[in-house]
Amino acid sequence: MFKKFIQKSRIKSPWLLHYDCSSCNGCDIEVLACLTPVYDIERFGIINVGNPFHADILLVTGTVNLRNRKVLVNLFDQMPNPKVVVAIGSCALSGGIFRETYNVLGGVDKVIPVDVYVPGCPAKPEAIIDGVVMGLDKFKGKNAEEKSHAG
Amino acid sequence: MMSNTVLVISGLVAGPLLGGLINGLDRIITARLQSRIGPPVLQPFYDVIKLLGKEKMVVNVWQAFCAYCYIAAASISLVMFFLRSDLLLILFIQAVGAVFLVIGALSSTSPFSQVGAHRELLQILSYEPLLVLVTVGVYLETGSFKIATVYAWSEPLLLKLPFLYLVLGYALTIKLRKSPFDLSTSHHAHQELVKGLLTDYSGPFLALTEIGHWFEIVLLLGFCSLFWATNWVGMMILVAVTYFLEILIDNVSARMNWRWMLGYVWAMGLSLSLVNLIWLYAG
Repeated sequence: MFKKFIQKSRIKSPWLLHYDCSSCNGCDIEVLACLTPVYDIERFGIINVGNPFHADILLVTGTVNLRNRKVLVNLFDQMPNPKVVVAIGSCALSGGIFRETYNVLGGVDKVIPVDVYVPGCPAKPEAIIDGVVMGLDKFKGKNAEEKSHAG
Repeated sequence: MMSNTVLVISGLVAGPLLGGLINGLDRIITARLQSRIGPPVLQPFYDVIKLLGKEKMVVNVWQAFCAYCYIAAASISLVMFFLRSDLLLILFIQAVGAVFLVIGALSSTSPFSQVGAHRELLQILSYEPLLVLVTVGVYLETGSFKIATVYAWSEPLLLKLPFLYLVLGYALTIKLRKSPFDLSTSHHAHQELVKGLLTDYSGPFLALTEIGHWFEIVLLLGFCSLFWATNWVGMMILVAVTYFLEILIDNVSARMNWRWMLGYVWAMGLSLSLVNLIWLYAG
């Protein structure tokens, strides 16, 4: 019963960490639009934290390249389990229009495991909120003991 | 003996329960003041239970030890308040807890933790003398440090110690981590100091510090209740009005720096206490 209560609390209190891997800022502005009082996401217990130690959901935008790969992996590893990764925008999904560039590795899923993909260039705020809500469902299959560290 | 056990248990239960509810109401009222809807009342409980269910990640063993010490000190001081024990003793135990939280943050090498810990030390330096002065005022009026005597006093202390109540308000604002004094954890400004003092506490240990904070909220509101101890209605109204004013001040004021805090709080706090103590002594 206590497990069920923890499960419910996880869905009721997702804390976000937003990392921008060299995006054009289009998706970032849309992410920030979701965090404004207009949408008032605190209604759902969502808090934007600047600290991977406190975060439950990692929002990643932009292309992963050779430089920021380390940072992304580090952030992911510092988040305590269970955690969910939401990739936002074409660049985070596949590299977008930059996928052929010499320093771009491709999608975020080449580096860390991604749970939800939100397409769009840029992704709409409604789509991002929808993606986060889908991410909450993923907590059902996760628990604190699993080790899902990135390579 | 039996009644003491009941009091201890009620203190241990009332701390987290009341503290969490007050925190939930606080978040709703804050949201309404910013024309938002705000989270459900039980949101702080969801947060803490979620944190308790997360993976244990410790940057340093001492940090975990300090988190346990903090919650132990906070709960002991509230239980002693429920047992109507000595005010000074409660203050010192509470201070020990606050210092352990700082030591925990200092045991990590993260610059955010370090800066947050130093700011928290300055905050402790600002409010501790004020709390002691308030206690001294209570002693001069009632002739005892015992809470039992204060609660049995025949007239409300607020009428004799109005300035000292304001001084307690300063200490309360610092202790509740409200603007303009929310320096050490930067509650609403993650860009500046991430989470300051609490940056490296994570998962269950962050939950422990949060529950400890609830204990402290209830303890400090208990201090406020001493000032209208003659009847329950007056006490409740005083505490509710005080807490509402805290939320209002939090929302209308900007965050200041530690120099301003130390100078302003000491200047205002010490002079207000002095005026009140002289008045009490001469009058």
